[in-house]
Amino acid sequence: MSSNSTASASAAKTRVPAAPHKQRSFMKSKRPAIPYLGWMLIFTIVPLVMVVYYAFTDSKGHFSLEAFENASVYSEVFLYSLLIALISTVICLVLAYPLAFSISRCSQRAQSTIVMFLMVPMWMNFLLRIYAWVLILQNYGPLDMILNFFGIDITLIGNSGAVIVGMVYEFLPFMILPLHTVMSKIDPSLIEAAQDLGCNRIGVFRKVIFPLSIPGIISGVTMVFVPTASTFLVAQYLGGTQFMIGDVIERVFQSDHHTGSAIAVVLMVVILGCLVFMNRFGDEEAVS
Amino acid sequence: MKRFFLLILSAAILLPVLALSACSSGNSGATGDEADYDGGYQGEVNVYNWGEYVSPGDDGMLDVIAEFQKRYHIKVNYTNFETNEELYNVLTNSNSTYDVIFPSDYMVARLREEGMLAKLDFSNIPNYKYIDDRFKNMAYDPDNEYSVPYTWGFVAIGYNTKMIEEGSITGFKDMWDPKYKDDGILMFNNSRDAMAIAMQLCDPPIDPGSTTFTREDIDRATQKLIDEKPVLKKYVMDQVFTEMEGSQSGLCAYYAGDIMTMMDNNEDLTYCLPEEGSNLFNDAMCIPANCKNKENAELFIDFMCEPEIAAANAEYICYGTPNTGALELLDEEIVSSELFNPPQEYLDKCYTFSNIDDDIYAYMQKRFVEACSASAEVSSVEKKTVNPAAVWGVGIILLVIIIATVCIIVLDIRRAVKNRGRIFKR
Repeated sequence: MSSNSTASASAAKTRVPAAPHKQRSFMKSKRPAIPYLGWMLIFTIVPLVMVVYYAFTDSKGHFSLEAFENASVYSEVFLYSLLIALISTVICLVLAYPLAFSISRCSQRAQSTIVMFLMVPMWMNFLLRIYAWVLILQNYGPLDMILNFFGIDITLIGNSGAVIVGMVYEFLPFMILPLHTVMSKIDPSLIEAAQDLGCNRIGVFRKVIFPLSIPGIISGVTMVFVPTASTFLVAQYLGGTQFMIGDVIERVFQSDHHTGSAIAVVLMVVILGCLVFMNRFGDEEAVS
Repeated sequence: MKRFFLLILSAAILLPVLALSACSSGNSGATGDEADYDGGYQGEVNVYNWGEYVSPGDDGMLDVIAEFQKRYHIKVNYTNFETNEELYNVLTNSNSTYDVIFPSDYMVARLREEGMLAKLDFSNIPNYKYIDDRFKNMAYDPDNEYSVPYTWGFVAIGYNTKMIEEGSITGFKDMWDPKYKDDGILMFNNSRDAMAIAMQLCDPPIDPGSTTFTREDIDRATQKLIDEKPVLKKYVMDQVFTEMEGSQSGLCAYYAGDIMTMMDNNEDLTYCLPEEGSNLFNDAMCIPANCKNKENAELFIDFMCEPEIAAANAEYICYGTPNTGALELLDEEIVSSELFNPPQEYLDKCYTFSNIDDDIYAYMQKRFVEACSASAEVSSVEKKTVNPAAVWGVGIILLVIIIATVCIIVLDIRRAVKNRGRIFKR
């Protein structure tokens, strides 16, 4: 594999005519990135360091693992949140994959229209959208009325199901968009070639479309799983008494920065680990 | 051509805007004398109050702030806080100064003890005479030097008579009753109020008005709250209005004035004065020690004590008013309501919060979050909030992830080193 890549690199070198020196140095210059680096330093790195610092100290500023010990109380909520996030992500993927594929087969014009319609709900504040779901799912709400009409009497709101519905609705566009971007870049001639070489429909999907869409799946799953695991307020509005870890962090932070930071650090490690793992998995698949 | 078209288009968009703004400025010019006073001001007063805590002037009510500005030509800079703790933090940590603040009872005591309040000059507040004597010299300000009571209220229970038979709710203990689980029970999402109710129900009861709680007291109250979880629908604050007014939930504990508002909006609702007694609270007007416009502040407090103004405010916020002049002006219907003016026998059963130590308060908040996040399926036999299996679960997940990450990084580095070696060989 490595020899292959070096060969292609050298081939690229011979093919591309050398750009004028000046232009190349401008393109390579890192100066335009300085404002962003400053931004990242102040608003990402420093807060991150502070969170880690708080997590490993006690109220007197000495090193201690007391915060993690306090945080262990919330383990159950933590697992529950990861489970909710996992289920929501899987549902999003199952819903979004066929949709993204059929969108990517439409004409260019239809594609941009559909994508725009996917974006329209995101112009509204996300709390308002969750609140709309409260109105839809509540007792004597529209959905409840319809189900009652057919003789089905169930409570739709105040349980984990409602939370998952809210999450899926909230984050579905984040799954569709990366999948669509990747899929619309798949060259139709590759599919035709596979068909010419005797692949049936399943074969085309398994050998061409799926491997080529893996980067989209990876980024889609990342963009859905990470926020669903850590989001707050959704569970407070749609769920019952069961909090999610995001709500717990928010509440704990009001009185105790150390424990709050410890929970946040654990959450970050889990998410970071998942990301590293997924990226690795994605690379392997894409290469082979 | 295109440019010309654009020009016309933008002119067409701009014109109505201009016309509108001209209209509105004309309007304000005509009615300026009656509504907002917008001439020159001779001073200012910075007021820091709870949200929705003065009559705002909609629906034909009196706009209290505008009235003050018009009468005294003093500009009111009006800002809101949400909790007493927020007020305290702003007063101690921020550079902004306020002239009039509206803390609750225990916060008045705390601010007074820490020397953050200025003594009031009651000769500048002649309307103080309207304040009912039973609200003077309260425990939070024994000599009544620092505060003028603004409102008072208490915690009551509201319930929906369509779901729960009228009269069957008698006290907070019913909020723990599995019978009402399906109707939806709502509890305060606020450590101090929720813990106080739980403390009353503990066996033996803990006095929620005590100045000194031990950690064991709080642990017992927490356990009581966890016991409620299997039957509880939700912990709420402002959501209580939509839940109760929309008949989504049937039973809640909340502030009496707000229950009155809910009853106005949903006629199925009724109330109950809990037999255990409940929290009686006062909000008072004070002047911080570092204020810059003390005379204006006293003028403002005096203005708020005027019977007409106090009546307008009380009618809007539905909380009790200590102002005897205002009581005479208010509708008989409001004044006779037990939620607005409960009988003395009930008030005797009530308690007021006292100022408690910071670390005990922090412990209370911490335990409350734990109660909120405890699993709803916890049986009352199990006294622990920590589930060891879950702790191990998280621990193992963490360990696996860390090991996997390290392995992947090591592998990647090795591969990178190998590849680089090959490139150099060529």
